[in-house]
Amino acid sequence: MRFFVEKCRIYQKKKLFVVFMGVVILAVILLGRLIYLTTAKSEYYSSLATDLQQRERRLPAARGEILDRNGIVLATNTSVYTISVIHNQIQDPEQVIEVLSRELNLSEDAVRKRVEKVSSIEKIKGNVDREVSERILAYGLSGVKVDEDYRRIYPYHELASKVLGFTGGDHQGILGLESKYDEYLKGTDGTILTYTDARGIEVNGKEEQRIEPVTGDSLVTSLDYNIQTYCMQAAQKTYLQKEADGVEIIAMNPQNGEIIAMVDYPEYDLCSPFTLTEQYSQYAGTEEEETYRNYMWRNWCVSDTYEPGSIFKIVTTSIALEEDLVSLEEGFYCPGYIVVEDRRIRCHKTNGHGSETFTTALYNSCNPVFIDLGMRIGAQRFYDYMGQFGLLEKTGVDLPGEAATIMHKPENIGPVELATISFGQSFQVSPIRLMTTVSGLLNGGNEVTPHVGVKMVDENGETTRSFSYESKETICSEETGETLRSLLQGVVEEGGGNKAYIEGFEIGGKTATSQTLPRSENKYISAFLGFAPADDPQILLMVIIRNPKGAYYGGTIAAPVAREIFENILPYLDN
Amino acid sequence: MREKTPKAKKTHATKYFDYNLLFILIFIICFGLVMLYSSSSYTASSKFGDSAYYLKRQVRAILIGVVPMIALTLIDYRFWKKWGVFAYLVSFGLCVAVMIPGVGTSSHGSARWLAIGPISFQPSELCKITMILVYAILLELTSKKLNQKWSEIKLLAVCLPVVGVVAASNLSTAIIIAGIVVGMLFVASPKYKDFLVIGLIGIAGILLFIFTVGYRGDRVSAWLHPETAGDKGYQTLMGLYAIGSGGIFGKGLGGSLQKMGHVPESQNDMIFTIICEELGLFGGICVILLYILMIWRMMVIANNARDMFGSMLVVGVMVHISLQVILNIAVVTNSIPNTGVTLPFISYGGTSIMFLMMEMGLVLSVSRGIKLEDVDG
Repeated sequence: MRFFVEKCRIYQKKKLFVVFMGVVILAVILLGRLIYLTTAKSEYYSSLATDLQQRERRLPAARGEILDRNGIVLATNTSVYTISVIHNQIQDPEQVIEVLSRELNLSEDAVRKRVEKVSSIEKIKGNVDREVSERILAYGLSGVKVDEDYRRIYPYHELASKVLGFTGGDHQGILGLESKYDEYLKGTDGTILTYTDARGIEVNGKEEQRIEPVTGDSLVTSLDYNIQTYCMQAAQKTYLQKEADGVEIIAMNPQNGEIIAMVDYPEYDLCSPFTLTEQYSQYAGTEEEETYRNYMWRNWCVSDTYEPGSIFKIVTTSIALEEDLVSLEEGFYCPGYIVVEDRRIRCHKTNGHGSETFTTALYNSCNPVFIDLGMRIGAQRFYDYMGQFGLLEKTGVDLPGEAATIMHKPENIGPVELATISFGQSFQVSPIRLMTTVSGLLNGGNEVTPHVGVKMVDENGETTRSFSYESKETICSEETGETLRSLLQGVVEEGGGNKAYIEGFEIGGKTATSQTLPRSENKYISAFLGFAPADDPQILLMVIIRNPKGAYYGGTIAAPVAREIFENILPYLDN
Repeated sequence: MREKTPKAKKTHATKYFDYNLLFILIFIICFGLVMLYSSSSYTASSKFGDSAYYLKRQVRAILIGVVPMIALTLIDYRFWKKWGVFAYLVSFGLCVAVMIPGVGTSSHGSARWLAIGPISFQPSELCKITMILVYAILLELTSKKLNQKWSEIKLLAVCLPVVGVVAASNLSTAIIIAGIVVGMLFVASPKYKDFLVIGLIGIAGILLFIFTVGYRGDRVSAWLHPETAGDKGYQTLMGLYAIGSGGIFGKGLGGSLQKMGHVPESQNDMIFTIICEELGLFGGICVILLYILMIWRMMVIANNARDMFGSMLVVGVMVHISLQVILNIAVVTNSIPNTGVTLPFISYGGTSIMFLMMEMGLVLSVSRGIKLEDVDG
């Protein structure tokens, strides 16, 4: 008996040890699994857990405003609401899905996807009006959260649309000043980070991180609301009367480069920038919608180039004066054409201006005389002067998308090219580039940088940052500037720009008419560039009418528009 | 042997008592209470307005459990030999009773609870201890015939009615009961091969059951892909979040965020995940080591028990605790499909801890019967 039990004991001990070792082995395997979970997978599960436990709520920062030079608000914000859902707090998902998709005009599937996603907070839609959000709140749905946010509004809708630009869904600046000055305007969003339990209730005592939002600074611009408004009205009227493709009006201070008004009509409504304007409405809903939307947003004043035509004679004159290649009283004879190499280049007055002095040739905008000047200057010198006048590079205007000058290479400028360049053809510049160069010449040689942004101010109106645009270099002599001013005053008082003349004001200017490419289409760009007061210009105005129907001479159609604007704004500027 | 005069022996033998095991037990229970409070306080205060709600109930169960544990320790375990048939019939009867509608109380979709006056308990927990007792008696009686053919099959048949009844409402408890029985048979029997066959049949049976019975089939997909299984995989996934976010050193005691209602049953089946989240991998290793130490002490006691009955009692308890620890940790680490197994002495649950303490009383009683000159290993 004893023996048997002893024998039993021996194998039982052995088997018990087998059981024990089996448990140990299994424990080691599980330990391996545990090590895998706590090391290799730790980061993965930690981040998922944080997603679940931590609720981040954005405290949106108000975007800075955009103001005109007198403090009139051109862009500001209004309160809107963001609708979100908190998965674990939803009690009746079907009702939540039904209400939200109906009130927010979203597809049920899209809402369902977000409602059913297991996350701490899920955004359904932003930019919801107060009215709609109040309706949603009235349902008293648990798990639906309404947070305040901001939406950009532009009180004057179309006004200066191409200069201001607009903002996107996340308040980021798109186009124009909104884009250029985005980093100062946007401010800094705040956040609240809270830990939540499974029902989405915030856990007390667990540190809540709250970072207050910082409102963006406001941009003070050099735009003048009143002048901008006059200019837009004038552009609109001209656009309709002449059935033009577009009308551009730029007003700037030639002394310092401040842009006072910039119109590129048709403008678009900044409050609904994605809606195609009448001009392009036929493309709404088509595949090309996006392309035409870009055309609609494009600021022709800055982003397009054209052949400047006779206005460029200001540049040719300046070079000739600088180099002393002509005197004002020098006599010329215009037979109505000039032969360059084997090409006959005609004057716009086909029967010729006959005998004239240089001064009257400028009044008449006589092409053969300027071709003669161009020949005297020579290709290389002409090219060098264009460089000196800044015409070959961008102006550095604080508006995005500036177009570069399209110009011949200097070695390719033969006599024919030189002749056409002399009266502003065969190369292209942007309107803003031309105005900037003319500003420099008129103010006596100080090259300016055209700009809209002047300074950033904080909520209390204190300046936080000034943008300085110092004159870069001297591009011509003071005497040349003076001569040029009096010559151009003569153009308005006695010459081709006489339709811009206003009694009692000293206005200088030059007209231009250029045919667009391809020439066979017979499309023209009529333009007038004027400034006042002639002896010390404070405002430089350019009117461009693209493809007008009927009369197309700049002196005939563009100069009167400039006069109308001058009539309105010159008395206003004097105040 | 039992006929030997105990009085004469007592004078010669030094009294033995396994203090090691007792201290390990006390340590695990106290550690368990700390972790229970940590993992349940948030849910308790939001649900019942009393952060110590679960803690109080557990302490009460432990205090109630201490009395029978001490009694069982002090009473000579051989006393219970006579009660085998009675215990079997009572537990079987209660298991059947719980299935009768109106008698049993439902919780989590299965009728598992029996309310007798103010006390409600799970008869299936009682079955574990009675099966250990019944088989310790049976194996001692049949010890000489254990090397006969089919002997273990015949012995297994004894537990089938109980296992069957329990399985109907609570598969995991049935598996544990069957596991305890097979483990005890394995240790008692000199054979190996037959147990390999029994083991394979058992595993095949469980697999078949899992894949055929509807709601358990979902558990398999929830096991393989807890991320995409929706609500079915939610508990597992939340547990993994807790273990993973604890990392190597944990977030510190009380630092768990997953216990804020994210891990369902965080004080119960899933408590090990909260231990890992707060105390990290090292906390988990310590817990596992504690259990291994406990099991090792029980092995020593079983090896030196005065008789086969005592030895088998201890083996039964040892297998029981081992199975629950292994299954629980395997479930919470998503190593096997989710099934409700509690972590012995730590998980919340009055019935479970009371019966476990009674089992420990039996083991300690067996340790008291050891004659010191016999101690070996």
